[in-house]
Amino acid sequence: MRFLALIAVIITGIILIYGSVDMPDWGDPHSPASLHVSPRYIEKTMEETATPNMVTSVLADYRGYDTLGETTVIFTAGISCILILRERKRRKKRKINPKNPTNHV
Amino acid sequence: MFDLIISKYNYWIYIILMMIGFYAMIGKKNLVKKIIGMNIFQTAIILFFISTASKKGGTLPIIMHGHGAHAVKAASYINPLPHVLMLTAIVVMVSTLGVALAIVIQIYRRYNTLEENEILRLNK
Amino acid sequence: MTRVTDDIIIRAVARVIMPFIQIYALYVIMHGHHSPGGGFQGGVILGASFILYLITHGLEDAKKRMSELKAGLFSSFGLLIYSGIGLLCLIMGSNYLDYGRLSTLLKVIPAQARSLGILGVEIGVGIAVMAVMFSIFFDISTGGVVPEDEQELETGDE
Repeated sequence: MRFLALIAVIITGIILIYGSVDMPDWGDPHSPASLHVSPRYIEKTMEETATPNMVTSVLADYRGYDTLGETTVIFTAGISCILILRERKRRKKRKINPKNPTNHV
Repeated sequence: MFDLIISKYNYWIYIILMMIGFYAMIGKKNLVKKIIGMNIFQTAIILFFISTASKKGGTLPIIMHGHGAHAVKAASYINPLPHVLMLTAIVVMVSTLGVALAIVIQIYRRYNTLEENEILRLNK
Repeated sequence: MTRVTDDIIIRAVARVIMPFIQIYALYVIMHGHHSPGGGFQGGVILGASFILYLITHGLEDAKKRMSELKAGLFSSFGLLIYSGIGLLCLIMGSNYLDYGRLSTLLKVIPAQARSLGILGVEIGVGIAVMAVMFSIFFDISTGGVVPEDEQELETGDE
């Protein structure tokens, strides 16, 4: 089983390294990721949002929906932790009255 | 060949890190070790995205001497978009870690073990 | 169950350092426009200060500062601030979360209105992240057993 896992990992790694040969070089200013939408964010952020930190302006203004959904995700994570772990009612049922041990409150 | 190594070695480091996490996820039997593997996997993806943002000769994406009339060149600042996406991904990583640990605590309460094969044996 | 430490040095240092951590967290949230920072980072630092208090002073004392009920209320309140600002933009007649139209309400130019809208959203995110971090840590460290129930159990067993 462990051997099969190792083989799967090595095959996946070789495929990914083969794919990485076609990726843009490290620090290339003309890579496709740097040419499509980010120049507009960099050049217009002062003019449109008056916020020098581009990460903040993209996070909360240009992509506000993304951040709203993401805040919902962490809210849901907190709620699901509460739902999975808290057990208030069952604990209370197990409480025993000290004066009369047979009387379950 | 030397140029290839110099320009692509960052991807190979992230692939090695990712494969360590992948092996921990599919090869280990303990559930907590699987969660640690998931975190290593996510860290590798975050590092990969951050490395696609870099530009040679660019500085970090905060405009210097912000308020004032001067032209901003896109080539002098690194790409802010992967930073934003990974900022949200880090918080999602913490949320998934919290939910996964909560589920693991419940599994331990029910089966008194965290080994995967013992849980499967008890479930038969 | 968290074990309370009896070490006076740890307790005193944690109590002294907690306000400074919180001031720094508020600085990170508020100064997110001009330096690295923002709602997520500041919220995590703010949550870490409460977690520090919880692991040094125990559940009984920590419940006076931040209880699990307050954490739940704060997390939904932060999300409400975020979606409320989006809804305010909708009422003012623009798209959801398009802060430019808030300029008539705030009496500033649209670019400044966007900056202020970003600040409001970051505050909401910071509150929500702080409460959720504390809530997750509280649940995992106590295993979901709420302290008052524990007290009742102990008195019941005597």
